[in-house]
This record gives sequence, structure tokens and C-alpha cells, in this order.
Amino acid sequence: MAKEIELIRIKNAQSIPFQDIPVLQYSDFKSNMLALAEDKNTHCVNYFGFRQNSDFQLIACMADDKTGDIAVLSHKIPVQQHPVLESLAQYYFPLHIFEREIHENCGIDFAGHPFQKPVRYPHERVDQNQEINNYPFYTIESEELHEVGVGPIHAGVIEPGHFRFICNGETVLHLEIQLGWQHRGIEKLFLQKDKLLQRNLLAENIAGDTAIGHSLAFAQLMESLGETTVSDQLHLERCIALELERIAINVGDISALCVDVAYNLGASVFSVLRTGIINFTQQWCGNRLGKGMIRTGGTNYRLTPELKTRVLEVLEDFEKRFVEMSHYTYKLPSVENRFDNIGIVTTRQAQLIGSVGMAARMTNLMRDIRKTHPFAGFAILPYEAIVLPKGDVFARFLLRRKELKKSIAWIREALKIMDFENLKPEPPKREVNLKPSAFSVSLTEGWRGEICHCAVTDENGKLAVYKIKDPSVHNWKSLELSLRNLEISDFPINNKSYNLSYCGHDL
Amino acid sequence: MISEVKIIAHNGKQFIPDVTKAVVPAPFRGKPEITAAPVDEAALVDLCPTGAIGRNPVSIDLGKCAFCGECALAFPEKIRFTNHHKISTNDRNSLIVRENDFSKIRVHPEKIREEIRDIFKRSLKLRQVSAGGDNSAEWELNASGNPNFDMGRFGIEFVASPRHADGIVITGPISENMAEALQVCYDAVPAPKIIILCGTDAISGGLFVDSPAVDRSFLKKYPIDLYIPGNPPHPLTIINGILDLVRNKNFKY
Ligand code: SF4
Repeated sequence: MAKEIELIRIKNAQSIPFQDIPVLQYSDFKSNMLALAEDKNTHCVNYFGFRQNSDFQLIACMADDKTGDIAVLSHKIPVQQHPVLESLAQYYFPLHIFEREIHENCGIDFAGHPFQKPVRYPHERVDQNQEINNYPFYTIESEELHEVGVGPIHAGVIEPGHFRFICNGETVLHLEIQLGWQHRGIEKLFLQKDKLLQRNLLAENIAGDTAIGHSLAFAQLMESLGETTVSDQLHLERCIALELERIAINVGDISALCVDVAYNLGASVFSVLRTGIINFTQQWCGNRLGKGMIRTGGTNYRLTPELKTRVLEVLEDFEKRFVEMSHYTYKLPSVENRFDNIGIVTTRQAQLIGSVGMAARMTNLMRDIRKTHPFAGFAILPYEAIVLPKGDVFARFLLRRKELKKSIAWIREALKIMDFENLKPEPPKREVNLKPSAFSVSLTEGWRGEICHCAVTDENGKLAVYKIKDPSVHNWKSLELSLRNLEISDFPINNKSYNLSYCGHDL
Repeated sequence: MISEVKIIAHNGKQFIPDVTKAVVPAPFRGKPEITAAPVDEAALVDLCPTGAIGRNPVSIDLGKCAFCGECALAFPEKIRFTNHHKISTNDRNSLIVRENDFSKIRVHPEKIREEIRDIFKRSLKLRQVSAGGDNSAEWELNASGNPNFDMGRFGIEFVASPRHADGIVITGPISENMAEALQVCYDAVPAPKIIILCGTDAISGGLFVDSPAVDRSFLKKYPIDLYIPGNPPHPLTIINGILDLVRNKNFKY
């Protein structure tokens, strides 16, 4: 039984004094974590460790999807030769990746961890004997099996990662994905670069395909630690930008999946449709991927009445052509047959590995920060999230289409409730004074799923810790599971149906 | 079948007929212009997140610039970003835009290496290597081949194997963890071969230049044939840059 300990619960993008986070004995930390995890509506959004003087401090954030609360718990362990803790991933598997990361960064051994392997081979990893070219892949001893290694460099114009398949003939028994190739040390740079603008640009570069999602998580975090607020108008503008990013990727991914089943008309039309959306984003902020759009405490690019008219035109034209093309594509037997029942992940599996975002929603598991921990514009105009039951490639293909329509509908509603009569400039802050000795967590729902940024400030209000979690951190495991018992030639459609981030994972 | 014909008709012609003449509408940030207006230069230099701005005279190094546009917003009388997107060059120094200098950034024909000058003009196959790239320049490289920009019509394409390639396109600041793979890939490309750096991160390291997790030693070893600036570069910047590098002026497609 969990000992009765008053846990601190905060809301999305709410800052608290650092010392308010209860530091628990590890036995209490364990019992409380597991008690929280027992509730299927609670999931771990971040768990990380860092050095504080002569201790390593671990902080876990457990989000309750019903109440919107985030419980924050912590444990301290002195820096010593071989620190050892019991692995909690044995009992609550979604922690596996976080414990591996803490092991890699702090050297803490998690006894009983199912596979305490390197995550990203960071430059300052504790064990410098670990080499990226020598990853301890899972193997199966058998004369009948063979292994296929792909990467780090892949066939297309795509980021690097290594995929190791264990196959019996054409059938994949096991896939293991090794990442880290993209590691740029970005979390450390957040501390080294001390200007707000530099950090803002770093946030845009965490994953350039999610520039809005990540920079919004950053801006919210800085605003919460700097006690800065922005207008409702800007909250809604930001979410319009976020939904445009989502629409562009979703239609682009639909196009990419058409490429992989050699349906050229669909591939071309959906790809052209994406161009229309990102060109509008460029018209709005000068950059097709929305770099420059999100700034702390304000904006350089107000959504003017002219842009409002324009976005409505763009969406109307988009929708007409999208509906016509998708109506046809989604019924094509050659497309359906290829995607149906391929790469299934069950609800139970998704729950077990801690899938988030679309990778969860396509298996009937509701994980959508827009709904459960509403931020920015979604706190003003609620978003009704959707799930699909089947968990196969077709579900991922279909969810993109359905969510795309939802995004368009949400943008139209938002534009209706926004006030374009009294538009005032709202210039961004040059700098913000962060509260000293504070902690905050900021969540957004990027197109891949939940993005979580956490920060801790020191007693002078300087950033002491900056921790980023891209949804791909959880979801790569889902791709691995999808491949089980499929033919290896089904890999491309599965990979594209997820479209996970390498740099967002490697940081 | 009939529905597909209708769809084709409804979508119309989407490709840009002449990519060399296409215009990217403002507020796209292309080549900046710097006036002689006196400003607080120290403040201007200090504002730039990537250290791209120099003094005496004021200059912007487009190899370092993240195209955030903040300098132009803070000092509009001094700096203005035009929508001019043809900013690729084969001369690193040409990427430095100086005060009162409104000349164009271009590929210098006389600086193209002898051994590659003529052989890639009809067909250029490239191998892309993302080495710590943030997937934005990669996006735009992919977009360069989509039905709108259709780089393939010029015989310029990305291939799966370095053995089939005439050169490599690097994106990202070159992470330490990718340094070896990049070298192996480059070595596998048959000579003569070219190197193209695509995006601010690749050209200068951008915001990541002083990260210890980045290893740019590869670039010191070989001549760079083309710099394509941008964060990420626009597809038209990419296509025009490559065309200017390989296209013989008298060659008709
Ligand atoms: S646009 Fe370029 S030069 Fe200007 S502030 Fe941004 S990075 Fe610096």
C-alpha cells in the first residue's frame, strides 16, 4: 500500500516553488508511482534525473487524464561510485525508456530493468565505453533465422536510425530500433545559450517538422516561469498555427503512404494539397514550417483580418479537393488491401508501452493533451478528440483523415470567436525574469502526440535544468511491435504510418 | 477511372513552369539588404541569436543566419529582408551580405571545379545525408521533388545508394554520432563527386556550432561545391542553386 503522502498536483504550464516537490524515500517513491500508474487514466509524461550538488535528483510527472492534474514526485540519491535503485519499469513498463535515459546520463543502475540499453549515446554519457557502433542488439540463436540491418543512413531523404530485424524467411520475428545518431546536445545548449531568443530558436530546431508544437511548449514554459500572460486572441492564434502544422503533416503523410502503395494520383494530389497549407503558413510568418511564428509573451506575426480571410479561402479550397481525393483513395481496393490488418498494435500493448498521440488513439486509447490537459486556445475552445479501434496501418491512415477534418473545423470555430475588431500589437518579450528556485512543466499536443518540456531554475532565476520529451520517445516501441510477424516488405508502410522523429528523440 | 480524370481536372496544372523565374511572396525572408543608416551596432550584434551579424561595416553572414528576421524587426531602418530567394553560391564569402551592397548572391561559374564543370549537366544523382538535421531541410529537399517544384524534370534526383550518386547533400550540423557514417557514405560515392551543404546548420553549425556533440572535421577535408542557405532553405533556393551549379548556360531542356 502506498503510504499516505501529500503529493503535489499542478496543472499544465503551472509553475511551483522547487522545494514544494516532495522528496520521497525510494520505497515511498515506488509505492506512490505504482499506485498512480494503477489508474489507467494516469500516465507518465516525464521522468528524468539531474545532478544537484552531491545528489542526483529524480523527478517524475504523472498526468491524470481525467482531472487534468499532474502529480510531481521526486527522489534523491547521493552521487557515489555505483548508485543502484530498483527498476520500476518491471512493474510499470512505460518507465523503461526514462530509466534507461537516467542510467545513461547519471550512471544509476536500475536493478531488474528488462533491458538497460543506451538510448542516444550523448556526448557526456557516464559510460564512455559505450559506442554507437556497438549497440547490444537482442539476438536469437538459431540456424534458421537471419538478421537484416538497415541504416543509420536510409534509402530516402530521411534522418538516420538503425533498424535490426530478426527474420524467419520473409517473416519478421523481432525488430529493434537503435537511435542516437542525431544527438546534438540540445538540452545542454538550452542552459548554455542564455538569451531568450536563442532558446526560442533552439526550441524550433528540436524537431523542425514540429517547430510550432515544440516552440509552443517552450513559450508556455517560459511564460509560466516568468509570470507572463498572453491574450486569448494569441492563445487561439497559436493553436490555429498548431492545427495548420498538423493538417500539413497529416496530408503529407497520407501522400507518403500513397507513394508506398504506388498510387500515384493520390500521392501527387495530397502532396500538392500540403503545399497550399504550408504556403499559407509562410504567408503568415515568412517560413513554410512556422519557424518564427511562436515567441514568448507575444507575437511578431498577428493573424490579421486579411490573413483570416485568406486562411478561410485556403481551407475551403483545400477541403473541396481533399474530400474528393480521399473519398476515392480510401475506397480503392488496392489501397485498402495493403493497409488493412497490417501492423496491428492492440489497446493493451499501447497501454503497456505508454503510447501517446496518434499511436495511442489509433488503438482506442485516448491520449490527447488538447482534451485532457487543455493548453492555450484549447482551454478557450475545447477540442473533441477522437479514437479508432483497430490499431493497424489503415487505422493510422484513417485517423489522419479524420483528425484533419477535425482540425479544419476547430480552426473555423476559433476564427468565429476571435475578436478581429480590436486587434492590438502584442510584441514578444525580449527577455523574461524567471522565478528563482522554481519548477514548471508544459505540455502540448503536437501532431505526433504529447510534447513535454520541463524546467528547473536555480536560486538566481537561471535555468538549471531543461528537459525535453518528444512523443516519439514512447512511440518508437509501437513501430517495433507493429512489425512482429509481418513480412519485412511491410516495413515501409508501417514506418510511414507512424512517421516518428529521430532528432526529437535524440535531442 | 472517370472519377480520377475528374480529380485531375479539378486539381489543374500544379507545377511551376519556369522555376528560374518563380517568385516567393513576402513576408518570405530571402536575401537581406542592409542600409547605411546609423544604429546602435553593439545592440544589433548582441541581438542576433547565431552571431551572424558583424560590424564595421555591418554585415550578415547568411551561412550563419537562422533567418529569424528579428534583426529586421528591431532595426527596420537598417535591415530589410527581401523575398529574393536565389541565394545559393559556391563561394563561402559570397554569403556575407554587407552594408550598402545590393549585389546578387550567385554561383560563380569560374569557381566551379574543372572536373565537375561539364559532366553533371544532364543528370545529377545525389545521396542525402542527414547528420543531426532537424528534418526541416530534409523536408524541403523532399519538397523539391514534389509535383509543384519537380526537380526531377532537370535530371536531378535523390538516389538510395551512394554508389549510384554523383555527390552528397549534407543537412544538419554534423553530429558526432553521424560523423563516421557520413565519411563512409562519402567514400562510397564514385569520383568525381560533389558536396552540397544544405541549410544554416550544415553550412556553419548554426546554433549548434559550439556543442561538443557536434563534429565538423569532415568539412575541413574536402572542397564544398555549393552552399544553400536557409532555415530551412526554400525549395526554389535549392533547385536554382543546383541548376546554376550544373547547368551549362547554352543547354536546353
Ligand atoms: S535574421 Fe539572421 S542576422 Fe538577423 S537576427 Fe536572425 S539570425 Fe541574426
